[in-house]
Amino acid sequence: MSSANQLLLEAKNVTKYFGTITALENVNLKIHAGECLGVVGDNGAGKTTLMKVLSGLYKPSAGSLHFEGKEKVLESPRDSQNLGLEMVYQDLALAGNLPIGENIFLGREPTTNLGLLKFLDYKKIKELTEAHLGKLKINVKSADQKVEELSGGQRQAVAIARSTAFNAKVVIMDEPTAALAIKEVGKVLDLINGLKKTGVGVIVISHRMDDIFAVCDRVMALFQGTNFAESELSNTSRDEVIGWIMGKK
Amino acid sequence: MDSKDQNKDSLYLKLIPYFEKYGILLLLVIMIVVMHFLQPDVFLSWRNVTNVFKQISWQSMLALGVFMVIVTAGIDLSVGSIMMLSLMILAIVAKAGAPWYIVVITPLIAGFLCGLFNGLGITLLRMPHPFIMTLGTLYIFRGTGNLISGGTPISGFTDEVRYLGHGRIDLTWLGLEKSQYLPVSLVLIAIVYIIFWIFMNKTRTGKWIYAIGGNPNAARASGINVNKILVIVYSLCGFLSGIGALILAGRTDSGYPNAGLQSELDAIAACIIGGASFFGGRGTVLGVFAGVMIMGILRNGLNLMDVSSFWQQVLIGSIIVLAVYVDVLRRDFGTRK
Repeated sequence: MSSANQLLLEAKNVTKYFGTITALENVNLKIHAGECLGVVGDNGAGKTTLMKVLSGLYKPSAGSLHFEGKEKVLESPRDSQNLGLEMVYQDLALAGNLPIGENIFLGREPTTNLGLLKFLDYKKIKELTEAHLGKLKINVKSADQKVEELSGGQRQAVAIARSTAFNAKVVIMDEPTAALAIKEVGKVLDLINGLKKTGVGVIVISHRMDDIFAVCDRVMALFQGTNFAESELSNTSRDEVIGWIMGKK
Repeated sequence: MDSKDQNKDSLYLKLIPYFEKYGILLLLVIMIVVMHFLQPDVFLSWRNVTNVFKQISWQSMLALGVFMVIVTAGIDLSVGSIMMLSLMILAIVAKAGAPWYIVVITPLIAGFLCGLFNGLGITLLRMPHPFIMTLGTLYIFRGTGNLISGGTPISGFTDEVRYLGHGRIDLTWLGLEKSQYLPVSLVLIAIVYIIFWIFMNKTRTGKWIYAIGGNPNAARASGINVNKILVIVYSLCGFLSGIGALILAGRTDSGYPNAGLQSELDAIAACIIGGASFFGGRGTVLGVFAGVMIMGILRNGLNLMDVSSFWQQVLIGSIIVLAVYVDVLRRDFGTRK
């Protein structure tokens, strides 16, 4: 576990072009252990692009990523996962046709190896899943339930469980409450607060001021692909943050 | 939610996977019972049952290959052509006088390479859909098969080459008649299906194939090399078509230009009847086997009753539509919107 306030992840001058479009320009970001950073911005401000760069899905056109003080080049999501950087995507990135447990361990399944063939250890997957869901206080009928049978809030909980199943140090969440019923939002915010207590650094991208002000310690605004403003949450107000999103200081 | 409601709900949830897994077997059993009552003397006779298995032997290999491709939400239209090309290569190698152990390996290698070609084309050329690539190779492979053979049949293979498709396992030591033999192709079907059942259900690669069909973005975000898995799947599909060619060589003792013509459609039909979803991620090896059997029994039964083959086409088409409609209904009940 990381010591409190340790700098976990830093993005320096990250720039990303898509053809002639500049999606990000010299963007900087820092996240510490046990801290929650809110990232806000209008549609097209570059929030999701920035998160995809941090998760290794996109390679930055310029700039660098530093993890625990060392510069890292992420070739794929697997690289970022190996560092302890996990992403909860807006579209949840779950396979509805597979059970909860197999989704949580997808791509990192415990196996018994026989030469080239890797046989899944279903018993271990079930045990680890039940233990992990229990630790996060996530209630589902069974770890064998298919994800497509779950409600939106339960799916979000599974996605968060998935991101924290391998001792994640930084968890990045893209609009974690956007698709949820109001009564399910609180449950997800509780999960985020729980993660912070265990020393995980959480980055939350959200449009909802209620979410930002419920769980975040710091908030930064992107505007047209650049850093626009940043503040400790205690030194700002909803109206000010909403102004940043519109590009007003 | 009160406890009574919860009980009902959990029973309901328990029944869904049960129907999903075994519903199609129920249909198969019903068909067998109906056929037995319609043709009590013939249908379940040793001779007829082994005949059905011999008839479905090579189709079952194609269907299994196409099934894995369909699970990834893809399609392989070229399996019939892969089988024909592999068969022609086998025939040419056999006619050139190669020893039997070389002859039997050639269609497997040829099929595998054809599948590899499909897989690399789909991933490296970034084809918008596997339909396009395999529609192209449907023509390419069959054309190549005709080019190398001159478009004429090549007949006459040795017994070793014909063993898998034509061989008989004698059961007289069990006290059975000489005519009550076990076709080698039936044993081969069983072995291949068991191996691929284990592959799809017990191995990590098999699980990833289902995951790619369920949500390719989830698979990619999980660090799975989706393109690599797709290449493996199309290669295995080609390999199975190569086994189909070897069986067909044994059955017909000939490589011929029309081998496997339109058999890709039969293979797809068997998968769909067997419950595989065209949208990927859904379907079982057991279901495909049931789908192949249902088509085989339908054809056999209608032949026994002297029904015209035109009616067979109408009935098989109707079963495809009906099977998918049942699947649509099941999904309506089984999935949260």
